[in-house]
Amino acid sequence: MKPNVLVLRAAGSNCDQEAQFAFQYAGANAELIHVNRLLEGDTKLEKFQILVIPGGFTYGDDISAGKVLANQLKYKLADQLLAFHAADKLILGICNGFQVLVKAGLLPEMDLNASQTVTLTNNASGKFEDRWVHLRVNESPCVFTRGVKSLVYFPVAHAEGKFVVRNEQVMEKLLQNRQIVFQYAGADGDKPAYPQNPNGSMRDVAGICDPSGRILGLMPHPERHIDPTHHPQWTRIGLAEEGDGVALFSNAVSYFR
Amino acid sequence: MITRIELAEKEDFYDAEGHAVHSGARDLGIQGIGTVQAFRVYYLLGELSDAEKEHIAAMLLADRVTQDYAIDAPVARPDSDRAWTVEITFNRGVTDMVAETTLKGIRDLGIPGVTAAKTARRYAFYGRLNDADKDLIVQKLLMNKVVEHVLTPGEKLFFPGADPVFTLVHVPLTGAEDAELLRISRERDLFLNLEEMRAIQNHFRGLKREPTDVELEMLAQTWSEHCSHKTLTGLVEYEGVLIDNPLKQTIFRVTRELDKPWCVSVFKDNAGIIEFDDDDNICFKVETHNHPSAMEPYGGANTGIGGVIRDPLGTGLGAKPIINTDVFCFGPVDLPMEKLPKGVLHPKRVMQGVVAGVRDYGNRMGIPTSNGALFFDERYLGNPLVYCGNVGIMPKDKCEKQVLPGDHILVVGGRTGRDGIHGATASSGELHSESEGTWSGAVQIGNPIVEKKLVDTLLQARDLGLYRAITDCGAGGLSSAIGELASSTGAEVDLEKVPLKYHGLTYMEIWISEAQERMVLFVPPEKLQAALAVFAGEDVEATVIGRTTSDHKMRLRYQGTVVGELDMAFLHDGLPRIVRQARWEAPQIVTTAYALPSDLGSVLRQILAAPNVCSKEWVIRQYDHEVQAGSALKPLVGCANDGPGDACITRPRLDSHRAIILSNGLNPKYGLIDPYWMAASAIDEALRNLIAVGGNLQRTALLDNFCWGNADKPDRLGGLMRAARACYDMAKVFETPFISGKDSLNNEYKTESGESIAIPPTLLISAISVMADCRKAVSMDFKRAGDVLYAVGMTRNELGGSHYLEVVGQSSDAVPRVDAAEAKKTFIALSQAMERGLVRACHDCSEGGLAVTLAEMAFAGGLGAEVKLQALPRSADVVRIDHALFSESNSRFVVEITAENEKAFCDSLRDIPLGRIGQVSGKSRLTICGFHGEVVIDEEIEELKNAWQKTLRW
Repeated sequence: MKPNVLVLRAAGSNCDQEAQFAFQYAGANAELIHVNRLLEGDTKLEKFQILVIPGGFTYGDDISAGKVLANQLKYKLADQLLAFHAADKLILGICNGFQVLVKAGLLPEMDLNASQTVTLTNNASGKFEDRWVHLRVNESPCVFTRGVKSLVYFPVAHAEGKFVVRNEQVMEKLLQNRQIVFQYAGADGDKPAYPQNPNGSMRDVAGICDPSGRILGLMPHPERHIDPTHHPQWTRIGLAEEGDGVALFSNAVSYFR
Repeated sequence: MITRIELAEKEDFYDAEGHAVHSGARDLGIQGIGTVQAFRVYYLLGELSDAEKEHIAAMLLADRVTQDYAIDAPVARPDSDRAWTVEITFNRGVTDMVAETTLKGIRDLGIPGVTAAKTARRYAFYGRLNDADKDLIVQKLLMNKVVEHVLTPGEKLFFPGADPVFTLVHVPLTGAEDAELLRISRERDLFLNLEEMRAIQNHFRGLKREPTDVELEMLAQTWSEHCSHKTLTGLVEYEGVLIDNPLKQTIFRVTRELDKPWCVSVFKDNAGIIEFDDDDNICFKVETHNHPSAMEPYGGANTGIGGVIRDPLGTGLGAKPIINTDVFCFGPVDLPMEKLPKGVLHPKRVMQGVVAGVRDYGNRMGIPTSNGALFFDERYLGNPLVYCGNVGIMPKDKCEKQVLPGDHILVVGGRTGRDGIHGATASSGELHSESEGTWSGAVQIGNPIVEKKLVDTLLQARDLGLYRAITDCGAGGLSSAIGELASSTGAEVDLEKVPLKYHGLTYMEIWISEAQERMVLFVPPEKLQAALAVFAGEDVEATVIGRTTSDHKMRLRYQGTVVGELDMAFLHDGLPRIVRQARWEAPQIVTTAYALPSDLGSVLRQILAAPNVCSKEWVIRQYDHEVQAGSALKPLVGCANDGPGDACITRPRLDSHRAIILSNGLNPKYGLIDPYWMAASAIDEALRNLIAVGGNLQRTALLDNFCWGNADKPDRLGGLMRAARACYDMAKVFETPFISGKDSLNNEYKTESGESIAIPPTLLISAISVMADCRKAVSMDFKRAGDVLYAVGMTRNELGGSHYLEVVGQSSDAVPRVDAAEAKKTFIALSQAMERGLVRACHDCSEGGLAVTLAEMAFAGGLGAEVKLQALPRSADVVRIDHALFSESNSRFVVEITAENEKAFCDSLRDIPLGRIGQVSGKSRLTICGFHGEVVIDEEIEELKNAWQKTLRW
């Protein structure tokens, strides 16, 4: 079956079209749907197999990044989201989408009433930065990274990407459940320093999944490494067959085959 | 009831803003500060229960992992009674976009009671500060009084407001003497000269009535230099000849003569349009936003980029914005505070504000900012230049507007406020040391999310065919937008229908406000409901404010009363044409003999560290240059992703490798010697940049943006005439038409002593080119040890305006010239060799000359080189090695070739000046030998890179 992907738009979403393209490239049907259509009930989440919250600055990231859209999900779409997840479907949040998932209570595990235990806050450098980073891909239950090579190369572009936990027990639990999917790394997969860890994230965390492995959130942009010419050094090292990001989207599509 | 909610980072989390303020204070020379804490404050107007307040604070405003909050009290901090604390908020009427989002967020929580919100920032300083320190911190660091102020206890925060009692204002001028006419122009900030005022007087004498205030304002706006470009389209006496419309005689003329079939729409719409592929066209516009950026750098740059994005959006039936470009000219960022003229913001603060303004707007719009330049010179102190550009893509059948009588006039997007009153007229005058205070109305702060929603919905409405014409509200606001778009039909507008941000605007203010994020559409009656539904579906405000007519009048009503009625013909053609005098004389530049510096390596490092040459990574990284996922060659390239790319390449369609190359050329230093060769050099530079990455001249178009001093002064205008003539001469030979342009004159600053300082003559040339396959692109970094290096193009003894002479403290009038015929041959031959895949790396020679080119290629590739200059193609007068290393002759490149491709490469460039100058080495040194084999430079590439990076490593 060709899965249907809902790429969720809101005021200020801006990586929606490339996320749609990445899923189409991987063999899915992908539609851009504005959050108002879900809120009004014109579109139902149940029609879809994959929900993507793309990058951008929803509602300007005013107040804090992703917060307003997160509250819309939490207070107005909770039932649909719970049913969606219970139906063995996939949710992906990239960059601003990751911030939304964390603030809405879909990560580190789906509990829309729980008090937030992790967050993404201002970069340690104090500014927005766009740069390419190496990511170590850990053993995890994550559906999106099944069989993905151990080191991938994606760009980050954010001002609020520093992953922090409320306390050490939260981190312990993430480690125990193998929920830390991506960690910033040096070019050889070694321990990173700034700017390899571009934002000062605790334990170099770049992306986490829920315990089921079916909800993934990450700050880097896999949808910006689909075409080989996306690679910042392709003029030096030659054109690869495809970008490192393709595998994530293909895995999501394969999950429904 | 007002609720105050305050937030702060928890004490064990990093307070980035507090630290930034602390280090900013140190930059101001203030030493006594221990720590600074930053707090964010929200004021909410409305009846709220304690539980609701708690809910808003905890579930919306605070991130409870990292932040503490307090309701109706300061966030508790130890020793807070010892701190000096200051709270800053926006002035009344200034856009507070966080407050607007907060209201939405509160409604989403299901709490209806809040009717208004306002945000503020509070800072607590610990340490020893005297009153002078505090004043300096507030004025120079924390706020700009143009848009913000220090909150005083008990200050009124919310203004319910009421509409003013409507009174129609006539301005009696039909019987006025000349002095009275000038007084009216001055007191109303019309910036109209005597002849223009007399023309208006005559017109209204004929009508046997006095003009209303809004009629006068509309004429002033339409006739302003900013909107009419009356200088360059006027009459100019130059070299004994009366030139009728110099722009038409040079820039427009070359485009007409070249008559390229792929030029779709030039010089008539909001942006120039060229063909991209079988389905789509692309359009490009570059604007300046200089005066607002001088007064409020963040807001000025913010609205500069926001404004230029609306140009492609308002071109044809609307293009999707896909690339931003930014070029800035500032005063020296290391200027000592005591040298700063009164009323001028420090260049470092201007630069930080401008970069942040472009960053916050461009990034939020989701448009990659992937090309730009920075230039520093003391003469930009009072007049920084902020050029912002945008490229859009549009289907081929959406490139023409149709204006018919009887259509609804729809204003879409942001609301209208008092922001930006008199922007168009004010930007046409000189700045002076009191500007900050008197023109604050001309400064605006943008709201990018409003504009993003506008783009999203407009493109849907476009594709559904729901409107016949569109334009943006830029300078001159609705007056300019509707006045121009309906010039062939006529229009009537009911001003009370325009949605307002707050009460209290007069009909005149509504008509000329330059509030941001607004577009005007002409919608056929049968499509109106469908159009309104598209906008409502994504929370975009759209309001019918009038109709197009067939009586060729611009008629304005307020609550049923006609408040203005102007003939379109007088409005657009009534401007009297004044003969301006132009004269240019070559400046007297003394050249003295100077010795060859003993350490050329050190000279090279100094040039690399010069602000105009050094790495701009600090700026580039803050821009999202990859959003939309079309980036195929990034602004930073090489083995560590930090080398200076020549041009950026972008794929607008993700399923194709057809691409757009953008590049620019700018060299004000040459303009001080001869504006003709400055213009020629800028064109050569823009073109060679796109050749260097694998482009060609075949489908390449140019944009001109002149920023000049006061062109009423003959010497300034004479230079402008020379530059325009060079544009014609060069474009004609290169066969690269101009498709759009803009000028900003009167960039002069009057000091307290009355001296008027003009900026250097500054012409920005932007080039846009279609590349058939971006997989043929070449980057500038050295690729492999053992590859051979060739110098392409002739090095001449052209040190005038060079960075080398600046470093050694000398001067020369030998400004680099352009042999356009030879340059064109070189560009074509090189682009053909690159198309065949014969070139591994290519970099142009520009600021700092050949030595800088080699150094940049080396450290970008992480590889050294062994260079011998015996075979450098050079003119007979290049006898000194320093001249060969640092001359800034145009039309030159350094290329890296694999040994196996060497013969094929040389064959394909056999008619071009070409010299084998060495090879890429496995060592980490750049070694350059002179004409006789003697070592003249031998430097570690890491040290060269460090010199190049350290200047702007903020």
